Amino acid sequence: MAELDVDAVAGQAWGGGVAPFATNTKKLGMWLFLLSDSLTFSTAILAYAYVRLSSANWPRPFEISPAILNATFLTFILLSSSLTMVMAVAAAHRNEVKKAVIYILLTAVGGIAFVGLHMMEWFRLFAEGVTPWSNKWGDPLFGGTFFGLTGLHMLHVSIGVIYLCIIALGFGRRKFNADHVEVSGLYWHFVDLVWMFIFPMVYLMSVNLKG
Amino acid sequence: MSSHATTVHHSEAPKGWLRHYIFSLDHKIIGTQYILLGLSAVTIGMVLSVIMRIHLAWPNVHIWGFANGVVSPEDYLRVITMHGTLMVFFVLTTVPQSGFGNYFLPIQIGAPDMAFPTLNMLSFWLTFVSMLVLLSSAFVPGGSSISGWTAYAPLSAVGEIAGPGQGLGQTLWAVSIALFCGASLMSAINFLGTTIDLRAKGLSLMRMPLTVWGWFITASLALLAFGVLLAACILLLLDRLAMTSFFIPANLDVSGVLLKHAGGSPLLWQHLFWFFGHPEVYIAILPAMGIISHVLSTFSRKPVFGYKAMVYSLSAIGFLSFMVWGHHMFISGMNPYSALTFSILTLVIGVPSAIKTFNWLGTLWGARIQFTAAMLFAIGFVSLFVTGGLSGIFLAQPALDLYLHDTYYVIGHFHLIMGVAAIFAMFAATYYWFPKMFGHMMNETLGKIHFWMTFVGVYCIFMPMHYLGYAGDPRRYASIESVHYLFRLQPVYIFISIAAFVTAAAQLFFYFNFFWSIKRGKPAERNPWRATTLEWQVSTPVPHDNFAGHYPTVYRGPYEYSVPGAAEDFIPQDVAPEQVAKA
Repeated sequence: MAELDVDAVAGQAWGGGVAPFATNTKKLGMWLFLLSDSLTFSTAILAYAYVRLSSANWPRPFEISPAILNATFLTFILLSSSLTMVMAVAAAHRNEVKKAVIYILLTAVGGIAFVGLHMMEWFRLFAEGVTPWSNKWGDPLFGGTFFGLTGLHMLHVSIGVIYLCIIALGFGRRKFNADHVEVSGLYWHFVDLVWMFIFPMVYLMSVNLKG
Repeated sequence: MSSHATTVHHSEAPKGWLRHYIFSLDHKIIGTQYILLGLSAVTIGMVLSVIMRIHLAWPNVHIWGFANGVVSPEDYLRVITMHGTLMVFFVLTTVPQSGFGNYFLPIQIGAPDMAFPTLNMLSFWLTFVSMLVLLSSAFVPGGSSISGWTAYAPLSAVGEIAGPGQGLGQTLWAVSIALFCGASLMSAINFLGTTIDLRAKGLSLMRMPLTVWGWFITASLALLAFGVLLAACILLLLDRLAMTSFFIPANLDVSGVLLKHAGGSPLLWQHLFWFFGHPEVYIAILPAMGIISHVLSTFSRKPVFGYKAMVYSLSAIGFLSFMVWGHHMFISGMNPYSALTFSILTLVIGVPSAIKTFNWLGTLWGARIQFTAAMLFAIGFVSLFVTGGLSGIFLAQPALDLYLHDTYYVIGHFHLIMGVAAIFAMFAATYYWFPKMFGHMMNETLGKIHFWMTFVGVYCIFMPMHYLGYAGDPRRYASIESVHYLFRLQPVYIFISIAAFVTAAAQLFFYFNFFWSIKRGKPAERNPWRATTLEWQVSTPVPHDNFAGHYPTVYRGPYEYSVPGAAEDFIPQDVAPEQVAKA
């Protein structure tokens, strides 16, 4: 290769010595994680689509009330928690520590409420005899995909709650900076985004329209 | 918001033994840990293959460690499953990438450490736990899994009823692989973040050593592939533990019992597994390709022929690797039109692979080659890559694959190209980087004996397997003694087994050379191979922060050998143009 002067590449985004995209490495790492996590969810959703399409009698058991209303309320809680997360990141960047911590904790409370209500729904379904291996409506895999997908998502929300609490604690004590808050926000919004796929695919596509 | 990567680095290593050698955050220690983990795995894997070869050649010989010394067909399947899983995951995936990559990527790009040192440590220890879980499955009631490393459903999903080892053993297998996925994802994030953000000033993408390109592209593949395998393992575990039926169809009769499961599809597992499994082949071989290009250039004293073509072909192989998973499923009941598509896409991979091969030969062409042990293994890699690649073209065609699928032909093919070729790259890497890692040279004579015995040995083992495949010999048979039309092949089995014993014995030269040289080898200079890349410009042993506070600026590409007009036949990457001594 021809001998290039260092100046030929210095100062360019990919020339070395600087982080491209003017982003910090932690944020890049989170984006990369989200990329791979989105593939994990895609695989689960794909498996759901695969078994559903190949089934002759896939059930559509969810009534508007309580199942769909409940899920809509869950969606509302999760979206609100995304809003508080946005406020938290904004406050963190303005260096309003107390305000940021409160918003982060509010977000975590949203997450806890989501998991709690979701668990209540699970137990209600268990009581109705809906399990991962059987249900009264038809294809037994209905329960498998329902609990599998929502369970994987709930696990993400639960981990997110713990993550947010750690961030709130660390940011409150000034051990973490605003970037840490922003990175945790990325995770939280991603988990919300996944729900926006699960809500229509698992709930809305299973509405009992015959009444 | 800071615009540059900020990572905390201590200029001195932590003092405590535990923090220094066990829970170390230093990428060099972690790389060494990975290499030692891989060395343990490859040793167990090799012993298992010797057991297989004894049993295949002399089915009635008693082998120590089995009940009454008798190897039952289930025992044989247990052995192949453990051999395959250990070798694919804990050797081929782990050593070239997480081992050598961890050790040398940060140094080669002029960084003090990986971008996320704690994550790095966690990923090693998660890999360690994953291997423990896998090995522990050999000691549970029923023993370890008998499903093979691909764990094909439905027999991997239905539990104990499918045979001994399909109970707890198979569950532990799935848990182990799920943990391994997590560890590999962490490691991939680290490799990508480090390469993107922590390159030294002046080290543009097209000045990165090809090793770095290999590790970088491999990390991208790992990031996308392991997430899918993780989900597949979760679904498999749900089938096994929560009694779902993702991979189990209705009306399945196993061991005379009609199962209650319904609605699932064994093909779904194959799709998900091979969507991971095919990139996995390249996860094993792309770092090897990088290492080989690096070593060939050094000992040819010539720049890599067609550096940019090498980068583009690496990327093309990585990209295509996600589109060919169906070629593992030609006889699985897929639509023949999709088989045709997968077949064509698979054959297309031959193009970038051929570019790489020609460029390696172009690098060697007209060179004053230094035949060191590392160089011999690198040339051996090219030979194996060509041989294994050509048989791949046969297997890529559905019409031929219908006959050759699940025969010894496939065993011969993937062992040459994925197994042995990648192992040759690990040997090349070991002989090449050992002086930098341990401060001593390995013995070249022992290295050359090791090479020639191994090189001839592996061809004697795997070439005859192609003929076995043509003769219709199916893989995974514990013995062909009672199969009349196959038993005539028994002399070939015996030949392969003897070759395998000789090759395994040849590895003793390597073990001895490796452990003896760590302390007793000839002391190594800073740059014994007179190489250009940054790892050879730092002192030996490498300082804790790699550059002792003096971070380099890179002025040139990675392979400036025999530059006309320069006094030396190599110009290190960090030498400023005005400092290059003129002839």
